[in-house]
Amino acid sequence: MIAFLLRRIATFLATLAIASVVIFAALELLPGDPAQIMLGIDAPPDALEALQKKLGVDRPVVERYFTWIGGLVVGDMGESFTYVMPVSDLIMTRLGVTLPLALLAALISVVIGVPVGLYAAANHKTPRDYGVMIFGQLGIAIPNFWFAILLVLVFSIYLGWFPAGGFPGWDAGFWPAIKALILPAFSLAIVEAAIFARISRSAVLDVLREDFVRTARAKGLSRKSTLVKHVLRNAMIPIITICGLELSSLLVGTIVIEQVFNIPGLGRLVFQSLTQLDLMVVKNLIMLLVALVVFINLVVDLLYAVIDPRLKHQGH
Amino acid sequence: MLQVKNLNVTLAGATRDISIVKDVSFELDAGRSLGVVGESGSGKSMTALALMGLLPGAIRASGSINLAGQELLALSEQEMCSVRGNKVAMIFQEPMTSLNPVQTIGRQVAEPLILHKGMTRAAARQEAIRLLDRVGIPDAARRLDVYPHQLSGGQRQRVMIAIALSCSPKVLVADEPTTALDVTVQRQILDLLRELVSETRMALIIISHDLGVIGEMVDEMLVMYGGNVVERGQADKVFAQPAHPYTSRLLEAIPRFGMSRSERLKTIPGTMPEIGSEMKSCIFAGRCDLVCADCLQAPPPFVSVDDAHVAACIKAGRVMETVQ
Repeated sequence: MIAFLLRRIATFLATLAIASVVIFAALELLPGDPAQIMLGIDAPPDALEALQKKLGVDRPVVERYFTWIGGLVVGDMGESFTYVMPVSDLIMTRLGVTLPLALLAALISVVIGVPVGLYAAANHKTPRDYGVMIFGQLGIAIPNFWFAILLVLVFSIYLGWFPAGGFPGWDAGFWPAIKALILPAFSLAIVEAAIFARISRSAVLDVLREDFVRTARAKGLSRKSTLVKHVLRNAMIPIITICGLELSSLLVGTIVIEQVFNIPGLGRLVFQSLTQLDLMVVKNLIMLLVALVVFINLVVDLLYAVIDPRLKHQGH
Repeated sequence: MLQVKNLNVTLAGATRDISIVKDVSFELDAGRSLGVVGESGSGKSMTALALMGLLPGAIRASGSINLAGQELLALSEQEMCSVRGNKVAMIFQEPMTSLNPVQTIGRQVAEPLILHKGMTRAAARQEAIRLLDRVGIPDAARRLDVYPHQLSGGQRQRVMIAIALSCSPKVLVADEPTTALDVTVQRQILDLLRELVSETRMALIIISHDLGVIGEMVDEMLVMYGGNVVERGQADKVFAQPAHPYTSRLLEAIPRFGMSRSERLKTIPGTMPEIGSEMKSCIFAGRCDLVCADCLQAPPPFVSVDDAHVAACIKAGRVMETVQ
């Protein structure tokens, strides 16, 4: 188990190292001088020179790369020139909005999607199953921003239960902040829940065809206990895999939804810093997103080993 | 103790019902064993699943399965759950996939004990050690916490047998129990089953396409062909003097030790009629070299050739003579 753990952590670190080189190189390859790009062609020469010095463009590439990495390790990401504040502070504030949003959306989608998928599988080839599949298909087909608008119309404008947009910040108290995240979270979750329902349905159906399910029934277990005691855990592997992918895509999905709900999160920061060519922010932000996605995958890998003992003993 | 009468297994189709197993009848006493032989598709596995009440999908059983006075086909699904694994147990062909890969051996052996005998987890665990030890798993107490993938195929089949034995069933159904195993391991598993039958007085039903397995294991045998029983009788008598041409040809098809290389294995030309085909003649007529006009008129009745030895063939007498 420890060897397994060390191997996975080594892979994690190696992936991050390669990603950092790629991100750094991509921004290096941008034509022209970053300071010039940031300030525009009409920039006064002294401002340009000051920024160049600050960015360190005059120093060798390798040195700049390691300065960046060294900074990342101690949490120093440089300064945003559009927001005029340390990039790390900026990202942390935004992450404090987006991470809870993504997690809330993931939670909602799992809580709705997985039981619905189980229900469909347990009623395979009956009208209930077909009903679930039709709703699932619809859920996947509806773009989440359209669903967001619909939710705002019903729950903010007609019913007035939730705010239509904006985010009061965590300083405003836990409940008001969560309340502002509920509609965006549901808009994000609906597609994911539909995907979860389909994946869990087919995962359970696959396991139901296995010989050990027949053994469980031959022992005298009812259909329901067989499902709960023997099928579910075996069906968890594909479900956990999708969980990881969904969480990653939710982080990216916030780019659109945060625009719709006007929420100052990471997604909006990605959008704004890209349009404003705030390269310092872009570079660190992409690195952070990569790190989050790779980290999620690491957790998923570790969960596999917890669920399936066969993986733990691999290579012994 | 176990009486099966006119067991029919049918698949309810959209336009008509398709018959998979027709009119299977037999009786089996405690401590006795019955072999069911036939090629794949002969309905032998469906017969086994019908005994367990585990027929898949839209397949239904009718007739009578009476176990020690209890009519199994009349039981509700819930009542049948308390019979399965308790009074009737089953082991399967594929030991590699028949155990749950994410549960320890101990838990899987203990499960029926907790379910049917109301044992506590700790008591069931102790009993599981005893059972694993009985079926020949070395160092049973330590093996309790391993997972199926850490055991060999033969050991997994032993674990399956331990699970099946756990509640001291009256009947054990073994569906091709050794087919997936190495020859030396096959021998050990068969020996174990034989010991257990004489020790526990349970009745054993072995389903196999392997006449070698059946021949040395069972007291009585059923030969199935296309969903029908074609011959039934004491195993040694059927082997010595088959009364149905199919059985006879089946026995000729067994390779013998010392056959010369030039000698070809005998095969039965033709194929078995498809399941559910309506037969107005003898079901074996198409492949039989004794076929005559009468064979094509109607399905043959059972002809009694000896004490409790019957064959569904109007020429049973002639078949027996030719073997001699």
